[in-house]
Amino acid sequence: MNFDFSEDQKFIQEQARNFLSAECTTARVRKTLEGEQDYDQALWAQIVELGWPATAISEDQGGLGLGYLELCVIAEEMGRALAPVPFIASVYLATEAIKLAAGKAQQDAWLPQLAVGEWIGCLASVEQAGAFNPEALKCSVTDGKLTGTKTAVLHGAIADKAIVVATEGGKPGLYLVELSQAAVSRKALKCLDPTQPLAELVFDQADAEKLAGDIDAIAAISKIYDRAAVLLSFEQIGGCDAALNMAKEYTSARYAFGRQVASFQAIKHKLADMFVAKELARSNAYYGAWALSVNADELPLSAATARVSAIDAYYQCSKENIQAHGGMGFTWEFDCHLYYRRAQALSLTLGGSPYWKELLVERLLNANAA
Amino acid sequence: MDFKDSPEQAEFRAEVQAWLKANAKPKTKDTVRGSQENRYKEAKAWYKKVFDAGYACIAWPKEYGGAGLSQIHKVIWSQEVEKYDEPDGYFVIGQGNCGPAMMHFATEQQKTELLPRMASAEDVWCQLFSEPSAGSDVAGLRTKAQLQGDKWIINGQKIWTSGAQHSDYGVILCRTDPDVSKYRGMTMFFIDMKQPGVDVQPITQMDGGSHFNEVFFNNAEIPDSQRLGDVGGGWGAALLVLMNERLAISGIQPDGFPELLKLVQSLDIDGEPARNNPLVRERLAHWYCQHAGLKASTNRMLTAVAKGGIPGAEAALGKLVGAVMNQDIANYVLQLLGDTGAISDESLAEQHAHFQNTVMFAPGIRLAGGTDEVMRNIIAEQVLGLPQEPRADKGIAFKDIPSGNQG
Repeated sequence: MNFDFSEDQKFIQEQARNFLSAECTTARVRKTLEGEQDYDQALWAQIVELGWPATAISEDQGGLGLGYLELCVIAEEMGRALAPVPFIASVYLATEAIKLAAGKAQQDAWLPQLAVGEWIGCLASVEQAGAFNPEALKCSVTDGKLTGTKTAVLHGAIADKAIVVATEGGKPGLYLVELSQAAVSRKALKCLDPTQPLAELVFDQADAEKLAGDIDAIAAISKIYDRAAVLLSFEQIGGCDAALNMAKEYTSARYAFGRQVASFQAIKHKLADMFVAKELARSNAYYGAWALSVNADELPLSAATARVSAIDAYYQCSKENIQAHGGMGFTWEFDCHLYYRRAQALSLTLGGSPYWKELLVERLLNANAA
Repeated sequence: MDFKDSPEQAEFRAEVQAWLKANAKPKTKDTVRGSQENRYKEAKAWYKKVFDAGYACIAWPKEYGGAGLSQIHKVIWSQEVEKYDEPDGYFVIGQGNCGPAMMHFATEQQKTELLPRMASAEDVWCQLFSEPSAGSDVAGLRTKAQLQGDKWIINGQKIWTSGAQHSDYGVILCRTDPDVSKYRGMTMFFIDMKQPGVDVQPITQMDGGSHFNEVFFNNAEIPDSQRLGDVGGGWGAALLVLMNERLAISGIQPDGFPELLKLVQSLDIDGEPARNNPLVRERLAHWYCQHAGLKASTNRMLTAVAKGGIPGAEAALGKLVGAVMNQDIANYVLQLLGDTGAISDESLAEQHAHFQNTVMFAPGIRLAGGTDEVMRNIIAEQVLGLPQEPRADKGIAFKDIPSGNQG
């Protein structure tokens, strides 16, 4: 047994951390937060230059031919740095959708482009409140033309192409849609975390190319969600780490009643509880990473477990970090709300905690059926 | 990252599996726990059998009764033996805590003479740290050791000593100098428990059982040759023992989840399967995340130890989460059962009244090995590096520090 990342993987992580701590400071994240830009284009260009979007794309399809474990360690650093770029939308969602559901020719054409950031992709699945529901799909395709509305599309306002879930003749399918065409109108939506922005996409007879792979669309969506759940859980534990560190540094440097705030047991126990939630989430994320890396039968259950655990942990770490800062934690000036916003954004994208708890239990009971 | 055995580990696992298949008792649906005395006798017999086969204390050197293998081999053994109904963790305190203390501090002759007997459970060992006035503040202990010639004379009282009634030896922490500050005035020894000056009295717990004891010392004697470490160096030695304890209990501590899952799979509530109840499903998801997280955390820690790391204070996390969960799950199951949940008759209640028994025993597990608050302090101070609370006993001679119940 070797339940840890390899030295090479840790080296990749360290490089990513060094790069992001230098380039992606919270001051820079705030430029996106405060609306100066829709996403950090310069940072995205650097990330593409470093080859991160190509990490889990095979070499013969223009990628680096590394694997999911390498992508997981990068994800942790993206989460720690609150990177305001479309990495989740384009890399975990669009790229994985194409890897899973596109035909061979489509993959050969598109994956090399995604690997070098020639275009940015996103995934458009949700149409209403609650998680994605294949039973209630209204978007439909007739004769290669897509009509309908998708909402809460992560980075939908700036992406070049979207993977859209729609029905054709009553049967769900996945379609690649060029977002610059006149038959697509899109609207950026005001949302809790502008560094992970959401959009509404309206399709009116838009050209749509069906992903031609030999997989049922609903099964594909479920797999895309599971893979992304593991990757997101690493972004979340990166965020947990950052929030806990902030709380630790602030309470250690601040004095009240003549002593360090961090020397009071009430504060120490609050931080210990943050640590416990974070470490349980980290361990669950590691198990999910292992299952993802070898495509194990355990992936669906471990992905749901990693996701629920990471949602709870990031909520706890980010909300208690605000409390540990006292009144200053509630100001715009302090960074506490950046993590709190990101915790909300990451927990809601791909369906919230109740949705994943239900998946977890279904899978747990099936795995242990009497 | 992988969960595969190396070829050599796989061979060892196969060998262990074959031996267990031939020698260990399979788990059956209706295993009922026997009396404490019977369980003790069964444990003694099991340990002897394991020792004779060469699987005792796998990570200890061969000359001290071990198998001379690694911690990973030990883990493989634990994973395999867990599938059987054998009391393989019964003497964990002796082998897990006292063993390393002896290994580190005893003379070569003491080690070659005593450790193999500990490994075979021919000798049983206990750990004597806690006292009535020294619980969470264990360094506040008062049991006195006074040097007379080449012997130490022991007077005082220890409490919460598991297995003291069966023990041949104990590792004991005593106050040897009350005139210096409290952490500097302690010394560690090992003591012969079967001597006239040692009186063991069982404690009756709130659940009616008695797993723990009070131990009274009335002019008991310890030769100076049985001192473990320097005079006044007891606290450092004790920390070493406690660090090993965390490794010994990691992965062994029950969190109650397997029993919950088993119950939910079969229980009907108002004619509906419990597994379909949304409220039950929400709790299942919550506790499964903790259960899976603990299991994966243990695997991370073992990986670190296998690479030569030291068992970290991180293990306090497993104790904290598992113990609370164990109590809360048992309570939740009783709530699910409603009125009949209070019936603790083992022939009537689910899983031989496991949940009723756990509700009554779990408070003790939360205290044993350190309270929830002590675990949080360990995490905050030793893992996160947060400052200690200012202490009122700093720089004061031990004899001048108030302690225990003063009201």
